[in-house]
Amino acid sequence: MFMTKRSIPVAGILALAVVAGACSSSTKTSTSTAAPATTAPAAATTAKAAAATTAAAATTAAPAATTAAPAATTAAPATTAKAATAAALKAATLNASGATFPKAFYDQAIADFKKVQKDVVINYGGGGSGKGRTDLADQITDWAGSDGTVKEEDKAKYKGGEFLYFPTVVAPITVSFNVDGVDKLNLSATTIAKIFQREIKSWDDAAIAADNAGVKLPSTPIVVAHRSDGSGTTDNFTKFLDAAVGSKGDGTWKLKSGSTVEWPADTQAAEGNSGVAKIVKDTKGAIGYVDLSDAKATGLKFASVKNQAGKFVAATLEGASAAAEGAEIKPDLTYFAGWAKGDAAYPIAAQTWILVYKKQTDKAKGEATKAFVTYVLTAGQKTASAIDFAPLPKALADKAIAQLAMIEIPAA
Amino acid sequence: MSTPTLDLRASKSGGEAGFRGLALASGVFVLLILGAIALVMTTKAWPTFRTMGLDFFTTKRWSAPDKIYGAGAFIFGTIVSAAIALALAVPVSLGIALFTTQIAPRRLRKPVTYAVDLLAVVPSVVFGLWGISVLAPNVVNLYDWLHRTFKSVPVLKQLFGAPNGRSFFTAGIILALMITPIISSLAREIIDTCPPGEREGALALGATQWEMIRGVVIPHAKGGLVGAVMLGLGRAMGETIAATLVIGSATQITANLFGAGNSMPAFIASQWGEADSSHKSALVALAVTLFLLTLLVNMIATRAVTRSQRRTAGAH
Repeated sequence: MFMTKRSIPVAGILALAVVAGACSSSTKTSTSTAAPATTAPAAATTAKAAAATTAAAATTAAPAATTAAPAATTAAPATTAKAATAAALKAATLNASGATFPKAFYDQAIADFKKVQKDVVINYGGGGSGKGRTDLADQITDWAGSDGTVKEEDKAKYKGGEFLYFPTVVAPITVSFNVDGVDKLNLSATTIAKIFQREIKSWDDAAIAADNAGVKLPSTPIVVAHRSDGSGTTDNFTKFLDAAVGSKGDGTWKLKSGSTVEWPADTQAAEGNSGVAKIVKDTKGAIGYVDLSDAKATGLKFASVKNQAGKFVAATLEGASAAAEGAEIKPDLTYFAGWAKGDAAYPIAAQTWILVYKKQTDKAKGEATKAFVTYVLTAGQKTASAIDFAPLPKALADKAIAQLAMIEIPAA
Repeated sequence: MSTPTLDLRASKSGGEAGFRGLALASGVFVLLILGAIALVMTTKAWPTFRTMGLDFFTTKRWSAPDKIYGAGAFIFGTIVSAAIALALAVPVSLGIALFTTQIAPRRLRKPVTYAVDLLAVVPSVVFGLWGISVLAPNVVNLYDWLHRTFKSVPVLKQLFGAPNGRSFFTAGIILALMITPIISSLAREIIDTCPPGEREGALALGATQWEMIRGVVIPHAKGGLVGAVMLGLGRAMGETIAATLVIGSATQITANLFGAGNSMPAFIASQWGEADSSHKSALVALAVTLFLLTLLVNMIATRAVTRSQRRTAGAH
């Protein structure tokens, strides 16, 4: 846990090693792909990639392809329908890095994908969304995991040109607390903002009591815990506050949003979700934002949060999926799952994407990447909830599957 | 009658030239690397230096959303935690060095030396994890006691403020543990170079052991000892992971040694992964600042060493 982010001083050396690794693997794959004389047209390669996944994948891919306009994909449904068994992909090694929040899910998906495609090796290094985006921009990696979108001004830095966003999973961020005698707690965005800005300092404050009729709140002082490291979780938590009661709301939240913000000095900071969870667990009166899986693993109690519709919703996977359903999806499939519409939407939800270059330069790698993303969007979705990640709502998953057709893979 | 002569020119053109070339290349290589690092870092940090100007070094606000970057709090944290580390480590290290070279019975010297050197190979993450899981939760009680005891004493009440387990002082303690073996083993080597004749001469004149150490050993070793301490200081200022874990990660300048703070390397390491382009440039600017600060410390150290060497040389 600590080691993943602590390798910064040797980042240069690591980067060199990764470059060296990527170079050697790409030469290997290019020689192996040159050997068999398959000069199949683009349509056939896309069909093969789609067919490469399980039967479940093929059935979901079929309706999606019909919504996609490009001519190349129209051939796909017919071929996938015929291909009952998954075709084996050529050997390829995919290196990826990025967001740590979905890492458990990707690791699971990579392990399951490996069972279907034995010759494809995928390494997901984590390291943070920012690192994932930089590595992809510099073409050190083949795909990136990111909880945030790329800024317009940074898009020119991507050496591989245009890239695509594939949403993968959603997860709730809990507001976990440790207050003696309190098991259930209702909090509104305004109250959360005031607590984290140290404007409400005691648990028996009138603002908290107002939303918790019948709960006996002690006069314990509130201890605020937040992340010490730059984090996508902080980004999504502060984005929620900013959207609900910040610059886009009534202005109660003044710290804006970002992977790190100016927390008041009299707060506690810790490394990683597990670090914040530990502070909350060990400190009486503590409150902190922690992702669902760490909150559950640590045995924390977490609050129900008032959503846009005025309902208090508990942090659950269903609540997160509902949030993604209520969110406004842009044409490039970027969206913000937090502070979404809908009665059942849990308002502090985090989204994440896999970023893939539109124009792939290596046939074997391109096919493997496409097949893996297809797997994540189809069969992989069913394994998500077992490890505390919410699957995408169907409409969004279908849009993502349709977008797979936009990946261009070279013929040889 | 010919005597075999050693042709110096011939050997010069062979092995000698090769050796000279290799040595020169190594020397130039080091300078090249240093220059390349400085160049790349300054280029990457330039956008931040241009927008922030000299305010970068004095501002204590660091706000990525507002794009206001000030290194003040981190420079403060780096210096304060390193100063605490030196204050704790120097007396202990010199004590260990003097003990192992002057006082300890001969058969005890080896094991003590060995144990201290062993401390030097403990990875910093181990110190950090020990600090966060064992030291921080327990030492806070000591801080609390000091805080309550001195709460009406003028200067001390500011220094011993509201206690936090993860603070400048905890970081100082951990850093002290990490630099003690470095300083003490260097100091031991330096003290050992003191001519035994002079030491025995002082003892023969009737000096006590302490008088001999003060009058002969310390003046002789002074320059080297300053150098040893400065090497320790450099290590303390640059330490990343152990500091990250125990310093508390709060961006503030405070007189309270028991308050949470942050140091430059710790902050760079914890923020780098999620930083976007302008934030990244600011973090590199912070790295340049750390680079300059370490350079400054080294220059002061070199000057101190040469000056005291000159003084000792003059005394002879």
